Amino acid sequence: MSAAGEPRRRVAGDTPLPHAHPVVDRGAIRLDAPLLDAHLVVDRGAFRLDVPLRVAAGEVVALLGPNGAGKTTALRALAGLHPLTAGHVTLAGVDLDRPARRAWVPTERRPVGVVFQDYLLFPHLTALENVAFGPRRHGVDRRTARETARSWLTRVGLAEHAHRRPRQLSGGQAQRVALARALAVAPSLLLLDEPLAALDARTRLDTRAELHRHLGAHPGAALLVTHDPLDALVLADRLVIVEAGRVVQEGDAATVTARPRTEYVARLVGLNLHRGRADGHTVRVGDGLALTVADRLDGDAFVAFRPSAVALHPTRPEGSPRNTWPATVAGVQRHGDNLRVQLDGPITVAADVTPAAVAQLHLTPGQRVWAAVKAAETHAYPAAG
Amino acid sequence: MVSRPVAARRRRPGVPVALLLPALLGLVFLVLPLAGLLARAPWGSLPRRLAEPEVLTALRLSLQSATLATLLCLLLGVPLAWLLARVAFPGRRLVRALVTVPLVLPPVVGGVALLLVFGRRGLLGGWLDETFGITLPFSTAGVVLAEAFVAMPFLVIAVEGALRGADQRYEEAAATLGAGPWTTFTHVTLPLVAPGLAAGAVLCWARALGEFGATITFAGNYPGRTQTMPLAVYLALETDLQAAVVLSLMLLAVSVTILAALRDRWITSP
Repeated sequence: MSAAGEPRRRVAGDTPLPHAHPVVDRGAIRLDAPLLDAHLVVDRGAFRLDVPLRVAAGEVVALLGPNGAGKTTALRALAGLHPLTAGHVTLAGVDLDRPARRAWVPTERRPVGVVFQDYLLFPHLTALENVAFGPRRHGVDRRTARETARSWLTRVGLAEHAHRRPRQLSGGQAQRVALARALAVAPSLLLLDEPLAALDARTRLDTRAELHRHLGAHPGAALLVTHDPLDALVLADRLVIVEAGRVVQEGDAATVTARPRTEYVARLVGLNLHRGRADGHTVRVGDGLALTVADRLDGDAFVAFRPSAVALHPTRPEGSPRNTWPATVAGVQRHGDNLRVQLDGPITVAADVTPAAVAQLHLTPGQRVWAAVKAAETHAYPAAG
Repeated sequence: MVSRPVAARRRRPGVPVALLLPALLGLVFLVLPLAGLLARAPWGSLPRRLAEPEVLTALRLSLQSATLATLLCLLLGVPLAWLLARVAFPGRRLVRALVTVPLVLPPVVGGVALLLVFGRRGLLGGWLDETFGITLPFSTAGVVLAEAFVAMPFLVIAVEGALRGADQRYEEAAATLGAGPWTTFTHVTLPLVAPGLAAGAVLCWARALGEFGATITFAGNYPGRTQTMPLAVYLALETDLQAAVVLSLMLLAVSVTILAALRDRWITSP
């Protein structure tokens, strides 16, 4: 059935997944080569997706970005649901899509599993039949396929719901069935498209924790597409942030949260971010405002500080080693137990203050205040590289 | 002085007499002939008449040929509907228009057209006769052919609509699970459109069962071979009115049963 050069698919039996992976299987492939090596280039009218992507076996990478950034297009290109314009998708050394060499493996022959955003469980099949669908298509006999499906449903804690139809399942249950269905064919690459987006807040918390556990046990590569920074931070080993079809930042959660490189990332992780020119301990940002920073550096630089580090005063504060500037209140919103004040001025900044402070300062839109940030509360880092 | 507001509010907006009167007349016009059929039915002799061999032969032939015609329509019509719904090819609008022609064509014209193609001297008929020794006109196979010709558009239109309404992302999900295009069609697409397919098949079957014009033109009126129920009704009308009424009642019963079976899908407005 399988032609030469075609990626093999392994089907998980009743026994625990064989952790042998193509990377390990094949002598020809270096052990340290990433399982997925892709450069996704897709032209769609005026929009161009151009994203290099490498995911190692056992690694979970989150593709994070705002709506319309091209995340779903990237996922569809990896699954073979959308052809590449240029670049390549190479999984375990096999070219699944490489227009330059006319290499193309259709979706049904790619060792790729997908958990879709709204799950797309087949409505005419029970949960068990949905999970058994993949193994059956891979030539497994009916009985073995059902046993495989049952063991996967047990793993996701839904053994007793095996004979329910998708419409009789709750959102969280449907999500787990979709995960079991995708994993039941032991894909080398698991793709998850906003896997928690359709769930309510309470279910999302539990399901996220459970998903984390299953992703940890998945021996292949996993790519999670999401616009929710929390999902990305909790579930992924590494973040790849895309904006307008391009990678704007890449790294582990600690690096990305500490050193955001774009406005979008800064907002995601809840930081004020400004770009300017550094000269020793001074960084000139915005309309020439000089911020004194703890770090010492020169040239193009970012300065980041938390909204809670910004203090507001009715008059110019005197005699403390602070950065101060006059600002105008643009808006006040609830933010957890505190209030988040949006400030206009030489730089736009968010400040988190207590409700008491808001009352004391009579903070209303249009109000003029002084903003202050201690040098020690800032974090400055080079913008280049 | 004080009106009763509750009663006033409950009154629905007035129905103009200019609409109400023709509406009621239309209803009477549709229902009265059926009532007449029931009123004139020879209820006393009904069981005996139904058991007559000619009646049973015509009924069996009707049911058999309508069922075979429906199977033929399913075999050819479902792929055609799929093509129209899923494949963008040049001239698709024209093909869709051609498919619906038998809907508006007088069935007698359809019968004549079938004769010109499948008749002994027809475009294909001569070749079929010489090569395989198959003669379609004036045979039971001809009945099936004539019925399928007239009924297939009903199936194609219903199935095409269902296919257009089905979420194609389920087919993508099937592909990611290793299902090729054919398996996806049989295991995912067809079950998803099953309700539309069933409705189309029943409608197609009902149309085939009632077929008269194309059948009598192409297949003739031979009892036991090509004489279906509608043909038997027409023939009986000239000799034995009571027999015609009995046969008509039987067809009416079948129609009502089909309506009842489809009431949720077709009769109830959205």
